[in-house]
Amino acid sequence: MSKTPLLEIRDLHATIDGKEILTGLSLSINAGEVHAIMGPNGSGKSTLANVLMGSPRYQVTKGDVLFRGESLLGMKPDVRAQKGLFLAFQYPVAIPGVTMVNFLRQAMNAKRGEDLPIREFRETLFAKMDLLKMDQEFARRYVNDGFSGGEKKRAEMLQMAMLQPAMAVLDETDSGLDIDALRTVAEGVNALMNPEMGLLLITHYQRLLNYVKPQFVHVLIDGRIARSGGAELAEELELTGYDEMEEALAVAANA
Amino acid sequence: MTTPTAPAQINTDSYEAKFGFHDKDEALFKSNKGLTPEIVAMISEMKDEPQWMRDFRQRSLEIFRQKENPPWAGNQLDNIDFDNIHYFVRATDRDERSWDDVPEYIRKTFDKLGIPEAEKKFLAGVGAQYDSEVVYHNIREDLEKLGVIFVGTDQALKEHPEMFKEYFGTVVPPADNRFAALNSSVWSGGSFIYVPPGVKVDVPLQAYFRINTQNMGQFERTLIIADEGSQVHYVEGCTAPTYSSDSLHSAVVEIIVKKGARVRYTTIQNWSNNVYNLVTKRAVAYQDAVMEWVDGNLGSKLTMKYPSVYLMEPGAHGEILSLAFAGEGQHQDAGGKIVHAASNTTSTIISKSLSKDGGRTSYRGLLKVYDDCENVKANVRCDALLLDEQSRSDTYPTMEIDAPDVSIQHEAYVSKLGEDQLFYLQSRGLSEEQAAKMIVNGFVEPIVKELPMEYAVELNRLIELQMEGAVG
Repeated sequence: MSKTPLLEIRDLHATIDGKEILTGLSLSINAGEVHAIMGPNGSGKSTLANVLMGSPRYQVTKGDVLFRGESLLGMKPDVRAQKGLFLAFQYPVAIPGVTMVNFLRQAMNAKRGEDLPIREFRETLFAKMDLLKMDQEFARRYVNDGFSGGEKKRAEMLQMAMLQPAMAVLDETDSGLDIDALRTVAEGVNALMNPEMGLLLITHYQRLLNYVKPQFVHVLIDGRIARSGGAELAEELELTGYDEMEEALAVAANA
Repeated sequence: MTTPTAPAQINTDSYEAKFGFHDKDEALFKSNKGLTPEIVAMISEMKDEPQWMRDFRQRSLEIFRQKENPPWAGNQLDNIDFDNIHYFVRATDRDERSWDDVPEYIRKTFDKLGIPEAEKKFLAGVGAQYDSEVVYHNIREDLEKLGVIFVGTDQALKEHPEMFKEYFGTVVPPADNRFAALNSSVWSGGSFIYVPPGVKVDVPLQAYFRINTQNMGQFERTLIIADEGSQVHYVEGCTAPTYSSDSLHSAVVEIIVKKGARVRYTTIQNWSNNVYNLVTKRAVAYQDAVMEWVDGNLGSKLTMKYPSVYLMEPGAHGEILSLAFAGEGQHQDAGGKIVHAASNTTSTIISKSLSKDGGRTSYRGLLKVYDDCENVKANVRCDALLLDEQSRSDTYPTMEIDAPDVSIQHEAYVSKLGEDQLFYLQSRGLSEEQAAKMIVNGFVEPIVKELPMEYAVELNRLIELQMEGAVG
């Protein structure tokens, strides 16, 4: 049966400042699936996240990214977002002077293509904030301005909850979170996940995967997927570490 | 962009369509071009002024002739042809208290600009100046009964001669600078406000200045006296038709804030891009008084304006919030001056400037603390945001600190409209243009949030107008 995947990455090559970071990455994600990409520092994890969202800093030199069968390359980030793609940033930038509530409202209106009545918007917002155990006062603060690491990550999850993307990419959402915050964020992610949606978790460590269970785990080394497997692969990695796995893969490749 | 309504909107929202229109030249009287003792004498004659004012004007003309342009102006003022300006244009010889009595074509102009409507909705009083003279002035009756005076400055000279003479020209003397001297010799119109002790004017008084005639100079003169423990917020706005030749606007504003009083003076300057805007604004604040300037400069070809506060007695506080936006062909040379002339005084200057399409903003500031002042606190913060590679921003801060016990913070930042910020917002579905507007709105928020809601909306609207086509 040939069903069109939700997200299909085909032999993706991408560079920044002329340096190739992604070197032929392929990956397919169907609706209802949770995938994790794990990899050491510098393996291209964040590059992948940014390229998928259409960051102008990176150039795609080869390959394609299809969303519901349609190529995303050449689409501006806002068009990708309107199609249903979402990226939770590893380092969300501050927008001083713009309140979360104002930002979220404009983002939602932009995505819907029409203005959501203010009352309905507020009800949705406060419900989602409850889900993520956020104080309502948070909505009055300026976007990411002076947020702690944990607050930034929670704010990203709030945006995801509001925008309800079809395909969400979480870039190191677990980094900088203490265990309680990690649990809250993970609970939020699980509550948002649904059979129509795809989820790609990009992470260095396994700990997020204790709370959000992936069906598929991929190991990213030197800009391409070196190994794929089930949830057990994450546990194996946790035991062996990236160095050992890299060595083993190199030996296997040379054999 | 694919929004089908966008092109039409840009058209009707342009400065040309909204503010740049002009009425037929129907002036009752227009002085010949050029500046001579005879023309100055004629202005006095037409206004039927007392001898001291006639002398004051002639003396000021002399000073103007001796003075040079400010040295930091460079060659930017060289194109002003002082002989090609009408120094006095009288549209009507009456300053009315009812819009119905204002000549119809002038009333229509102010209707178009939304002034009578705003007056009804949220203002305590309104003054409207058309070319050289005030054509309308009114104040809420209850405030008038409390003794608040809000009239045209010419009218004040006639009706309140003693108070007028006591304060006029004491804060900004004619010799202060070349354009203060020019204003002193040919001044006409402006607002005169007196707030009696303890009276708090709870909603703003507003004045609106409109230039209609081509090649004219507008030289209004505003004098505000806030007596002990009183409070007032004065707002001024201005626009002019878009002409191919240049006009000159050179005002002088003097403010006296007595013990425990509080004055806020808000400007939303939106002159067309053919106006030279060279204005001297200064306030003196006495014991425990608070003076706040909120100075928004969006229009004009060249603005040189540095509102200042002299903190004369202990407990006085001065605040300057300056917002400048320079587009193509514009230079906003703005900033502020604070002089700490007493102990236990505090001040804050916040400047936010935006440049795009090759526009230029300059922050020029002075912070001075006299040597016998103790426990002085001053805070200066200047942020500049460049919206593209062609635009320019400079900071020229001067500090003259002669006292040891002074706490001063000075921060200045210049940033470019950030690729990372744009990408972040775009990743949430906002177009590049929406994202840029959001970043800019956030950037100016510290100033805008200080304004009453109606003006905040207006200012954001004007910024959006300036932002049209800024990116993409």
